[in-house]
Amino acid sequence: MSGNYRKWPMIVFLSILTGPIILMYIYLFVDTVTNTPPGSMVPNEFTLEHWRFLTETIPGRPSIWLATWNTFVFASVTTVIVLVVSSAAGYSLSRLQLPARSFFLGSIMVLHAFPTVTLLIAIFLILQMLGLYNSLSGVILVKISLELPFGIWIMKGFYDTVSWEIEMAGIQDGATRFQVWTKLVLPNVKPAIMALGIFSFLAGWSEFILPLVLAPDNKVQVLSVYLAALIADDNNFDMALFKSVGVFYVLPVIILFIFFQNKLMNIYSGGNKG
Amino acid sequence: MRILLDKFTKKFSDLTVIDEMDLEVRDGEMIALLGGSGCGKSTTLFSICGIHKVNGGRILFGDKDVTNVTSQERNVGVVFQSFALYPHLTVENNIGFPLKLRKESKAEIKRKVDEIAEMVHIEPLLQRRPGELSGGQQQRVALARALIRRPDVLLLDEPLANLDATLRLEMRSEIRRIQQETGITAVLVTHDQVEAMSMCDRIAIMDAGKIIQIAKPRDMYENPVSDYVAGFLGSPPIAFLTGQVQDGNFVEPSTGTKMPLSAEIAASQSGRQVKVGIRPEYFQPDGATKIAGTVSFMESQGRETLYNVTLPDGSILRSIQGVHDPVHIGDRVEWGVDSAEMMVFDMNGLRL
Repeated sequence: MSGNYRKWPMIVFLSILTGPIILMYIYLFVDTVTNTPPGSMVPNEFTLEHWRFLTETIPGRPSIWLATWNTFVFASVTTVIVLVVSSAAGYSLSRLQLPARSFFLGSIMVLHAFPTVTLLIAIFLILQMLGLYNSLSGVILVKISLELPFGIWIMKGFYDTVSWEIEMAGIQDGATRFQVWTKLVLPNVKPAIMALGIFSFLAGWSEFILPLVLAPDNKVQVLSVYLAALIADDNNFDMALFKSVGVFYVLPVIILFIFFQNKLMNIYSGGNKG
Repeated sequence: MRILLDKFTKKFSDLTVIDEMDLEVRDGEMIALLGGSGCGKSTTLFSICGIHKVNGGRILFGDKDVTNVTSQERNVGVVFQSFALYPHLTVENNIGFPLKLRKESKAEIKRKVDEIAEMVHIEPLLQRRPGELSGGQQQRVALARALIRRPDVLLLDEPLANLDATLRLEMRSEIRRIQQETGITAVLVTHDQVEAMSMCDRIAIMDAGKIIQIAKPRDMYENPVSDYVAGFLGSPPIAFLTGQVQDGNFVEPSTGTKMPLSAEIAASQSGRQVKVGIRPEYFQPDGATKIAGTVSFMESQGRETLYNVTLPDGSILRSIQGVHDPVHIGDRVEWGVDSAEMMVFDMNGLRL
């Protein structure tokens, strides 16, 4: 950064642009611990009553902890399976001579281009037939299959950058093809695995439409559906409660970002430097 | 261990790259596969190590037929052009990787790694990663990794192509030293005739999937079987003139210069068109058979200077001379050819 332009006009300009967003975040949090009347900018009193959902179950709703657990299971199972399948499939597509390989690559692209909503009715019917409607495993399966095209494509791209000679050297050193993959190639695409894992987890954590349609039941409800139900309830409308649950919902995501932001940046600078 | 290729054939789908090639590499010998790009030299190398499947013929190590043996079981060490070190492992683990796959004990691996590291002079680097090494150091690590299993055969695929000029000189002698110390049978693939001549016991020169000549470097330089081989060896390269054989002489058509030929060739080729090759060291100011032309190019190589002399019909003779009184581009010179050292080829390029 050099001094060939003045900094303060930039700072003022950016502050004006980002000001509203920052204000929104501040008041989102402030409103969860005060009873500020609508329209007022000045917080009045400190209270924890909007956070009571943590200890007591709201009538007609599942416990927040059950919903959190469901969300966690949903996001992490999705992540693990997406990682395992994508890294294997990506390797096969990048390296092995499969029959119909280019057809497969093309169809993955097409699959990725489908908006989820257009598939909902078909998926609903299939799950109903399989008896997986209103179950966590059913919606997890659907989420995985919709995440996979992106995952496979990303992994294939990263495998393509690993040099062939490393694999030849591995074979020559006496490794089986499987050992070459696990011991030599996978470590070289670690940034991709990290990034894909985090992205899948976040995608699972924030998924709304699939659980809403396919697993709406209280027992299997996830946080996004729980949150939506709050605002859809016209009888007990409570804006402050809605905001509190919202903050609660987004906290893990923020924590994840703080921990892994360097790894996430890695996906752009990645590659196989030693 | 001896390597024998017996009618070895390699195809890529319908294209036959190498057709029934025979080659024997003797035990403890270092041989160069020399040729331009696309001549099949790397294909041959990758077939010897088992990465390419063979489409016909046999490959033998010693007396053992390894044609259908997998790469993993062939016990061949390979040094790749890009060195192909594993970027996520330290130098020590890179070198020890083949032993780790064989489940040797940690102490044993450590001992062997230290031993080989000493031989290739990389002891202080064992804890570094490949990314932190210079090209020459990476090359040494790659050699160590290839040699640690005591392979029957060492294969080197353009090992010096990724190094800068001074390192290339150093590694040339290092690789040769290590090969001789271990007494291993080695095959070097290269497109650089200097590497092939300086490092190897014998050279197999290849063109379009065929071996054209196998000989010791000196023999090949002095007695090439064809104009292709003559043109490949030697730097600056040999120059060719085309003309007719008349009355025991080769007659250069544009100047009419007569260069005496041996009686045998003069008799058999009388009246025919032939091609003569004249190496730059045999076209000198004090040569016997004078021929006149114009200096069209000069290149100072420090101790020596290279001149191109263009004859009236546009053909070029090259001369390399120690530094002496200035000659300038455009000057007319009359230098002499040592016609006893002239090589004569027929119009198909075969040596006569």
